[in-house]
Amino acid sequence: MRENKDHVTTKNLTEQNPAGRKNKIVKYILIGICVLFLFVMLVLPLCYIVSIAFGSGIRTYLTAITDKYTLKAMKLTITATLWALGVNMFFGLSAAWCLTRFDFRGKKVISTLIDLPLTISPVIAGLVFLLTYGRQSVLYPLLNELGISVIFAVPGVVLATIFVTFPYISREIIPVLNTIGTDEEEAAALMGMNGFTIFRKITFPHIRWAFLFGVVLCTARAMGEFGAVSVLSGHLRGLTNTLPLHVEVLYQGYDFTGAFAVSSLLVIMAVVILILRNILEKK
Amino acid sequence: MKKKLVTMFTSIGLIGAMCTQTIGCAANENNYIINVSYDPTREFYERYNELFTEHWEDVSGETIDIIQSHGGSGKQALEVANGLEADVVTLALEQDINQIRNAGLIEPGFVDEFPDESSPYTSTIVFLVRKNNPKQIYDWSDLLREGVDVITPNPKTSGGARWNYLAAWYYFEQQGQSEAEILGSMKQLFEHVLVLDSGARASTTTFVENGQGDVLLSWENEAFLSMEEHPGEYEIVIPSVSILCQPTVAVVDEMVQKHGTTEVSEEYLKYLYSDEAQELIAQSFYRPVNETIYAEYSSEDSDRTISEPPENGRWIASDIDLTDISHFGGWEKATEVHFKDDGYFDSIYE
Repeated sequence: MRENKDHVTTKNLTEQNPAGRKNKIVKYILIGICVLFLFVMLVLPLCYIVSIAFGSGIRTYLTAITDKYTLKAMKLTITATLWALGVNMFFGLSAAWCLTRFDFRGKKVISTLIDLPLTISPVIAGLVFLLTYGRQSVLYPLLNELGISVIFAVPGVVLATIFVTFPYISREIIPVLNTIGTDEEEAAALMGMNGFTIFRKITFPHIRWAFLFGVVLCTARAMGEFGAVSVLSGHLRGLTNTLPLHVEVLYQGYDFTGAFAVSSLLVIMAVVILILRNILEKK
Repeated sequence: MKKKLVTMFTSIGLIGAMCTQTIGCAANENNYIINVSYDPTREFYERYNELFTEHWEDVSGETIDIIQSHGGSGKQALEVANGLEADVVTLALEQDINQIRNAGLIEPGFVDEFPDESSPYTSTIVFLVRKNNPKQIYDWSDLLREGVDVITPNPKTSGGARWNYLAAWYYFEQQGQSEAEILGSMKQLFEHVLVLDSGARASTTTFVENGQGDVLLSWENEAFLSMEEHPGEYEIVIPSVSILCQPTVAVVDEMVQKHGTTEVSEEYLKYLYSDEAQELIAQSFYRPVNETIYAEYSSEDSDRTISEPPENGRWIASDIDLTDISHFGGWEKATEVHFKDDGYFDSIYE
């Protein structure tokens, strides 16, 4: 399919430009650089992962990915991802709505703060939660009294995941909401529609694809999160280890087949998400 | 559109279900205990936990799960002090457990709670070099030679690294150097350090998997493990002097009370002294404290270079001049002098 596209462009160039041949050379050099770069940076390492993962036979691979701890890690990763999705869908929609439909003081500040997780190092995010909910924090006695463990437990992992993923959904929706403006919504309101119906019938259809696109990005980021989770998890095998952390544990335990097998799971999930993303991008 | 809404509501339902599950996880009705340990004990505790689960079932009729966490000893201690809910800690040195005690989680006097100063196994520091010892490294002084790259973890975060540091210090002391001279030699030694990882296992990975450096200053057990994993690629060199490393174990009093796991946690550590566990300790290349079993695994020849684990299983080289932590006035003092901020180590490695 890509070749087809290239073909069309060349044709256009040759027709428009008498010096088409020169352009052709530039084109092939650029394509060459791209392909080489992608090959060295992506294709080769990915092939390597797959070949090591399957290196000791398909049975070893299956044993590795159905291992008790791998399954538990997978369950935790999925739990954390779903949590992050749920919270961020709600938060993302609300934030985007309030930032595009209302004017208030401090709007810029909020808008900037939402982007913070994109620029802050995940390790710092982890440490922030550690200091806020850890043993030396003023909140700790209260949490302890209530029997809630936040850090070094599942809630900590979930919190970290939510934190690093929360800009994604709102960032995708805000530009769309800005472009469509408020005319249709105002018209609907004048005709007596209530707020929720306006959202359901008018606003949501416009932002549907942007929203789903945000969801996909959010999922990808949530599954792969390592830094913040690593600080907050305590690396309890089978309890607070997510898939990326589990890969590290396996690798440091000299279990390379296992480490690469679990990595290949993450790679597969990532590829599925990429395909979804491409489908959505077309819409 | 309707479909979308349906999916949305299903996902909200799903999330609700997860809520209950996640919070259920956080509540403490434990049929497991958490053992927070240091880096190179992964393989040993994996085997010991199987042994103990069986033993506990025989004794109490209950099944118990043991959840492991591994990392640099200092880092692990810090996490426990910060609220990681460990029932037992099995760390690389007493000082790390002192940190947890200082945070108020462990009652003072834990060192005398179990036999042999609460160290059910010991180890020492050896050199791991590449096959045939291409840089001819035989003793601590060889580490200062031109062109020798050393790999050791960071004494600030790793227990093993502190033992490395003290063993080197003892060597220079034995050479009759004054304190200023020792500091100079140590400085020179750390100038040869190529990579300073945060834990012993990360250092081993740097040396073995990534092929960096000429010599790894390593726990004896970790060195033997690398040799077993990669037969014929590495040799262990035993330096003329080293240090008796005493990893310490303790029950985290506050947490076992909270979890109601006092009995099983105490038994978990006590059982480390049983004959079965001591055998396992020796097989995992830790030095057992049980003298009979120690003797069974003691080597008869006095080779300084070991190129493969001996076939008869007698791997312990017992004729090394080993100092111990009391030579440095105990951990409190050693930490004060060497490892705290602005201590000797900070002036050595800048």
